[in-house]
Amino acid sequence: MKKWPETWKEYNTGGIIFDVGNARSFKTGPWRSLRPVWDNSKCIKCGVCYLFCPEGCVQEGPDGFFAADLDYCKGCGICAHECWPSAISMIEEGHES
Amino acid sequence: MTKPVGMEVAVAAAEAVALCNIDVAACYPITPNTHIAEHLADIIADGRIDAEYITVESEHSALSAVMGASGTGARTFTATSSQGLMYMHEILPITPAMRLPVVMGLGNRAVSGPINIWNDHSDIMLQRDSGWMSIFADNGQEAVDMFIQAFKIAEHPDVLMPINVNMDGFQLTHVVEPIVFPTQAQVNKFLPPYKPFASLHPDHPVSMGTLGLPEIYTEAVKARDVVLVNAKKVILEVWKEWEKMFGRKYEPVASYKTAGAEILLLTMGSMGETAEMAVDALRKKGVKVGLLKLKLWRPFPYDEIRKAVRGAKTLVVTDRAVSYGGPGGPVCSEIRAALYDQPNRPEIVNYIIGLGGRDVRVEDFMKMVEGAPKAKKSGDDYQIYGVRE
Ligand code: SF4
Ligand code: SF4
Repeated sequence: MKKWPETWKEYNTGGIIFDVGNARSFKTGPWRSLRPVWDNSKCIKCGVCYLFCPEGCVQEGPDGFFAADLDYCKGCGICAHECWPSAISMIEEGHES
Repeated sequence: MTKPVGMEVAVAAAEAVALCNIDVAACYPITPNTHIAEHLADIIADGRIDAEYITVESEHSALSAVMGASGTGARTFTATSSQGLMYMHEILPITPAMRLPVVMGLGNRAVSGPINIWNDHSDIMLQRDSGWMSIFADNGQEAVDMFIQAFKIAEHPDVLMPINVNMDGFQLTHVVEPIVFPTQAQVNKFLPPYKPFASLHPDHPVSMGTLGLPEIYTEAVKARDVVLVNAKKVILEVWKEWEKMFGRKYEPVASYKTAGAEILLLTMGSMGETAEMAVDALRKKGVKVGLLKLKLWRPFPYDEIRKAVRGAKTLVVTDRAVSYGGPGGPVCSEIRAALYDQPNRPEIVNYIIGLGGRDVRVEDFMKMVEGAPKAKKSGDDYQIYGVRE
């Protein structure tokens, strides 16, 4: 599927979108410049990162630890800021943790 | 054809809209559109037509409400004036962007300040570039006819664009005129039900009013502009059909006594009839003058204007709005632009008149025509006529 029309002639009347919910096919994480990295040795599984992530992309794993879905994480750093045992650090994209 | 009835034009406009089988109306009353809003509310409250009247708290909401309704496939109407139109400003360009054929009645009025409730065209001119089709009525009969035509034009599958019908505030909206109404059966025949391109319905969901990134915004703008330019073809067809059915002729540029005219006067809106009387008086005096009345403002009728002025030496353009610090009146600057590349174009004189309800009489038009050579010699791009020096 084309992401958007190539020419003005292909532009839909009124820009109406018929395949509703197509936002699902667009990952919104790629413009992130920082990425959260969890240090589970410090994590006490309080879930504050999960609660505060404005993107709703922090998920609890089967082991009770948390991780961000990097397809959607915007790198805002709120999780790292709110994690009071400082288990999350923000790492610049392109750098190793 | 029914007999003419004496009726206030604003009330007649509401009656015309009622004849169009509208589904939803939302108008916030503001002078001088109030009587349209009030009378339409009465018609709906009395159950004369099966429609919803949404009482909103502002014009911003009125247009938003009718747009939402139009998105569901309803035939919708709103009306406003002056500051009300200003208050709609944020929503105005979105209606054509979403290709919603909303019809709006505009009782034209000066914009503040100073606060002024009387007529000129400064309200619509400030909204000129919002992508709506725009037509101007000369008199009550034209206003009634134009509302019915407006729905047909706007809802045409090749158009699907909003349209405003302009009526000069008070000078047109509040006068009583003899008006011939088409019958309901005639309107039903002329105006088929609105068939939307897509509609908001839970069974077949679509998204309207979406985001356009830099990758698509330019294409969206071009698509809209092309639709608006091409709408002229549909407007002409609808006007031809109207003429066939009702005998009353509508043209983008109507002409009066232009045969052999060396000087042409150009007006827009209700002043046209006063100007006709001035042309009659001047012709009696031997002045070779004729009148052009611009009825279609958007899309702008380039071809018709170019053709209409051919052979004239002088074109006197009247404007009822100022483009402050700019080229004078918006009508004249567009006409200048339309004629710039034309061979043998007439000399153009621009008068700005009738601001904020200032009376424009037959003598004024005569003075403007007779004073045109002097006005041209002054070298000014425009003159504000009748201003006390
Ligand atoms: S950086 Fe922001 S978006 Fe990413 S997981 Fe943390 S809170 Fe959520
Ligand atoms: S806020 Fe910190 S400690 Fe709490 S669950 Fe998240 S990573 Fe673990």
